[in-house]
Amino acid sequence: MNRIDKKFKYLKENGRQALIPYICAGDDTLQKTEELVYLLEEAGADIIELGIPYSDPLADGPVIQAAALRALNGGFKIAHFFDTVTKIRKNSQVPLACMVYYSSIIGYGKEKFVEGCLKSEIDGLIIPDLPYEEYDELMPLLENTNLYLIPLVALTSGDRIKMLVENSRGLVYCVSSLGVTGERNNFDARIDSFIKEVKRYTDTPACIGFGISTKEDVEEFNKIADGAIVGSAIVRKIYESKGNLDDVGKFVKELKGEY
Amino acid sequence: MELNKDFGIYGGQFVPETLMTVLKVLEKEYKNYCSTAEFKEEYMRYMKQYVGRPSVLYYADRLTKELGGAKVYLKREDLNHTGAHKINNAIGQALLARHMGKTKVIAETGAGQHGVATATVAALFGMECEVYMGAEDIERQKLNVFRMELLGAKVIPVTSGTGTLKDATNEAIRTWVARAEDTFYIIGSAVGPHPYPTMVRDFQKIIGEETKAQMLDAEGRLPDRVYACVGGGSNSIGMFYPFIEDNGVELVGVEAAGSGIETGKHASAFAGGRTGVLHGMKTYILQDEDGLIQPVYSVSAGLDYPGVGPEHAYLHDIGRVRYTSVTDDEALSAFQILCRTEGIMPAIESSHALAQAVKEVPEMDKDEIIVINLSGRGDKDVHTVAKYLGKEI
Repeated sequence: MNRIDKKFKYLKENGRQALIPYICAGDDTLQKTEELVYLLEEAGADIIELGIPYSDPLADGPVIQAAALRALNGGFKIAHFFDTVTKIRKNSQVPLACMVYYSSIIGYGKEKFVEGCLKSEIDGLIIPDLPYEEYDELMPLLENTNLYLIPLVALTSGDRIKMLVENSRGLVYCVSSLGVTGERNNFDARIDSFIKEVKRYTDTPACIGFGISTKEDVEEFNKIADGAIVGSAIVRKIYESKGNLDDVGKFVKELKGEY
Repeated sequence: MELNKDFGIYGGQFVPETLMTVLKVLEKEYKNYCSTAEFKEEYMRYMKQYVGRPSVLYYADRLTKELGGAKVYLKREDLNHTGAHKINNAIGQALLARHMGKTKVIAETGAGQHGVATATVAALFGMECEVYMGAEDIERQKLNVFRMELLGAKVIPVTSGTGTLKDATNEAIRTWVARAEDTFYIIGSAVGPHPYPTMVRDFQKIIGEETKAQMLDAEGRLPDRVYACVGGGSNSIGMFYPFIEDNGVELVGVEAAGSGIETGKHASAFAGGRTGVLHGMKTYILQDEDGLIQPVYSVSAGLDYPGVGPEHAYLHDIGRVRYTSVTDDEALSAFQILCRTEGIMPAIESSHALAQAVKEVPEMDKDEIIVINLSGRGDKDVHTVAKYLGKEI
């Protein structure tokens, strides 16, 4: 059973929602990424999203762009990333989803990339620049594997929603806002009806991401969805903690509602 | 019927889901509106009365004699309003934007030519205009920045990434994702997600259509070879497209070899690139083994781009267009030859096409005919040329 499915089964049985923190792999070293995965799991993260840094991240705002730049300046390589995940897997069974641009996948070589994911036991792929119309690029390689392609659904998806989610596996990533990743003070009024629409067409857990930065945001979204994805706020916290990762753990516990 | 989003294995729509509905609507509006007689009449009216088309096909007698080979014709896109071919596309897209009820336009620009063209059409149609430009480029192209401001546009400096054209394009796309409801993104080259490469080609193919008719008038036959420079590739696809079925016409696309392909300091996607994804399209990209976009270099800001339009990638693979590249030195030398022999100052971009012709024409027969697309004028480049030649002005 895919670890993401197993996790949601457990959460559902306990009436809980998933907290999914995002970190940028290799920010500022892969060793730190490994430490962070253990720390986040310990702090209550249900699934961890690992971002692969890319030079031209179209869907990301300034905080994650800066993290990617730090990682790349530190000599990040995709091959080393897979080595790190392989190491992590020896110590942790936390579900891992990889947020990666298709540009990186095709640049690295898609067969080689999928093989790396399978060997290091990554559970899901979130690919912001691979819309449904381009799934054929990758789907044949994922058939009969336990590696899920997690669909992104947007506020503007409208009558595309059914098509996007009906064969989904793992989770559905619901993008809360127009624009790029980054913390926000206000959310779009359409979110409620948007999530309802998603749930009309699938039983796959629906999680909300983009712009979520506080405990209050998480509590609010937990009422309508099955989980919350927190990216920029955590990436910023890690950067500001200047190596004192206890602050990061504390922040995640707070988001999880255990503080 | 939907338009084809792919050119062979290239093209496509590699964009966030948020943009997919926007692109679908754009495609539908483009297909339905831009094929109507009403649109065509309006577009042609602006082409004639505002841009000054048709641009002339000029027989360059002195250059022909100097090179001592085939007869050389120049397609004078440099004589268009705003000084380059960019305006053809900017007008086409702005008419579509107006039809779709958009009140704001955004654009990316490298050297500033497309920014100026977009600012121009925004003024013409009374639209708000924001132009995204790399902070580096703003510093290098102050004159064009001021021109855009005079035309009422707001120039937004982009500091992310390398602060150049590719980053300006990223930022324009990011902005568009957030504001597509009232904002139209006018892409300046034959790049980006479908339907942009097709749309830009269709708004630029007037170059090749005119050339064909003018050549039949002047010589009673089609040319043997046609040269055009290739950055993203809008002037070249506009020139080449109407000739694709004419197998007797050899098409030559000229990329920027910068300091030389072997130095690694160049902008030739076909010389150093392989299949990748950038700015929503799959095409030849200059990238490293992890797909990271590599820094590119050319003296010509308009050719300084790490990818190439997807239709060019296709034409390259099927062998219909021969792609080659010339260095900064060769382009600058050709620039001076044209100034001296014909009294025409070409853009440094166009000088690349010219330079390849200068290399090949002496080997051709006197009864052969070539056309060089002079995509823009060189006034904007005078400072760069002076600097390159070590002259103070």
